[in-house]
Amino acid sequence: MSDRDVVLGRIGRALGPRPRDPDVTYEDAVARAYRRGPGDGARERDSGVLDLLAENLADYRAVVHRADGDGLADLLARLLAARGARRVLVPPGLPPTWLAEAAVEQVPDRAADTAYDLDRVDSVVTGCAVAIAGTGTLVLDGSPDQGRRRVTLVPDHHVCVVRVPDQVVASVPEALGRLDPRRPLTWISGPSATSDIELDRVEGVHGPRTLEVVLVSGV
Amino acid sequence: MSGTFLGMPAFPEAARAAVRDATLRANLRHATHTIRDKRARAVAELDDWAELREAGKRIKDHTLRHLDHYLLRLEEAVTAAGGTVHWAADADEANRVVTRLVQETGEREVVKVKSMATQEIGLNEALEAAGIRAYETDLAELIVQLGRDRPSHILVPAIHRNRGEIRDVFRTEMGRWGRPAPDGLTDSPAELAEAARLHLREKFLRAKVGISGANFMVAETGTLVVVESEGNGRMCLTLPETLISVVGIEKVVPTWRDLEVFLQTLPRSATAERMNPYTSMWTGTSGGPRGEGDGPRAFHLVLLDNGRTDTLADDVGRQVLRCIRCSACLNVCPVYERAGGHAYGSVYPGPIGAVLGPQLRGTQSALDASLPYASSLCGACYDVCPVAIDIPEVLVHLRERVVEGGEVTRRGVRVRLRPARGHAAERAAMRAARWVFGRPGALRAGQRLASRTRGVHPRALPGPGRAWSASRDLPEVPAEPFRDWWRRTRTEAARTGTAPTEAGKAVRGE
Repeated sequence: MSDRDVVLGRIGRALGPRPRDPDVTYEDAVARAYRRGPGDGARERDSGVLDLLAENLADYRAVVHRADGDGLADLLARLLAARGARRVLVPPGLPPTWLAEAAVEQVPDRAADTAYDLDRVDSVVTGCAVAIAGTGTLVLDGSPDQGRRRVTLVPDHHVCVVRVPDQVVASVPEALGRLDPRRPLTWISGPSATSDIELDRVEGVHGPRTLEVVLVSGV
Repeated sequence: MSGTFLGMPAFPEAARAAVRDATLRANLRHATHTIRDKRARAVAELDDWAELREAGKRIKDHTLRHLDHYLLRLEEAVTAAGGTVHWAADADEANRVVTRLVQETGEREVVKVKSMATQEIGLNEALEAAGIRAYETDLAELIVQLGRDRPSHILVPAIHRNRGEIRDVFRTEMGRWGRPAPDGLTDSPAELAEAARLHLREKFLRAKVGISGANFMVAETGTLVVVESEGNGRMCLTLPETLISVVGIEKVVPTWRDLEVFLQTLPRSATAERMNPYTSMWTGTSGGPRGEGDGPRAFHLVLLDNGRTDTLADDVGRQVLRCIRCSACLNVCPVYERAGGHAYGSVYPGPIGAVLGPQLRGTQSALDASLPYASSLCGACYDVCPVAIDIPEVLVHLRERVVEGGEVTRRGVRVRLRPARGHAAERAAMRAARWVFGRPGALRAGQRLASRTRGVHPRALPGPGRAWSASRDLPEVPAEPFRDWWRRTRTEAARTGTAPTEAGKAVRGE
């Protein structure tokens, strides 16, 4: 007998006869009395979803900037210059205008590139799929303006552009509703961190140690 | 079967040594108190916490009730997305499968994401026996591996180490495993994290095989979820060509939407964050051949039983399979805070370990028979549990099993356990109590006798009761049994029309 049959047989004996289709009973079995829509929590009401996003991003040590569509290229150029970045990874579908004013070498992410190649770039600039205000989270789904997962992982400096208000939701349930589980997803809340030394949070381990977020309107 | 550290003494002996270790106690006290207050604040931010907790409990209960159905659906979805599903009834089979999969790649080393399931089955040791080196990449796991130490906490396995001890381990051991610690390394947490970053980077960049667990598996879509902080998880899940995930069968949830509950409750319960820094979600090889070459080209999922179906067969005990491994129960537990994680003798310490371990492994060993007693039953663990596992209820249930024996399921077979030998005196006392409480006349006579002889009562119990009274005061017997007092004062009150309280207090000498 295969281990598959063994395990399934044990489960069957442990639970005994049950109704045939659990999916029918599922909705009744699971009460969802928690908030699912745009929250009416006090913090969201008082400050508004955008301010809450900025506040929560900053609380976990992301650096937050704001720009409108006209000022975006200028802002990105300044951020990269301030960082001293010379080689910048660019996902294939990043709008070319975004980096039009940056005096940097734009490095495409080619399939043949190894992790060592990625380790030799200074920064990466991407868009995002969804941003969650209530938790200060950016979600990347590998769309052309975000690129493969590795491009936002190996470089030490990540600049992520969030189109507001369209890409911003208040809560985790709303974000899941917008995402496609078939795509590889990365949820990012601040720069990499650890709580492993005395259960106290320290920023900066393996992922990008600096995360800058640009909230851009009118794009 | 593996899962306990070989030759571990029962909890009381191990705990006795631990509570004398002043450094250990100071480290644990500092860490658990830090996280306790932060967790309370993170939870208070959500005004629907109680509803999320209830929904999490119900999702898990429903899934467990139909576990076979959802596992089959998961298998179908993962396979359709380009992954390969393997099943393992026990630790040995899981280790065999993983070892074979690594050998088939031709590689001699693997990078690992922190995973309780692979700790539980002793995968690193099994791989080592086959000549394959497994590098732990989580900072705390790295500290444990470099220090040839044992984990003492589910989330922060090196919680028993303070920053100075960690610096010493890095200084002396890093060089043997790869890049040595930087010269002049101090004990500042930021510098220690930087040392780990440098040490592990070369391993990530050259890794061809990654091994992980998973926090959740979505049956409907075949999606796996890994929740982490440092980015070592992303490295292991994204850069290698082959990814092998070993996951307990209880980690499945029915639908994508179910994640909206656990992605709110897990981070706040675990590290007291609104959201952990990184969460990765992938579906088969969706990023691979079909997609844009994003991530591993081969994905293997090993579904692990190893005692979980035995636990499922127990009506009371199965609720521990709801556990999402947040470790909030460890951080609030007064016993864990003083005894530390090593005293629990397995990779699952703390309150959840005391109910999970003896169910996964059975209660035959002295260690596993002692774990249900490693608790004061204060209930703090139940209060903080994000999936409402009634740990005190299961502890009492397991104590009954240890003392009384009875029917249990072991490796899928129903067997009858004999009562434990060490509990004969307790059973005799309980039988005597049952006899007396069933006979009001005997009870009354006994109580009066006890009251009249109270001047000569000993301060400690003789014989087998001595251990019990060594750490407890014997209750003082009142001058007058309660039932006599009740009858007398009620009769007086009816006659004089006054409340009985004051008279009663005077009689009872308070």
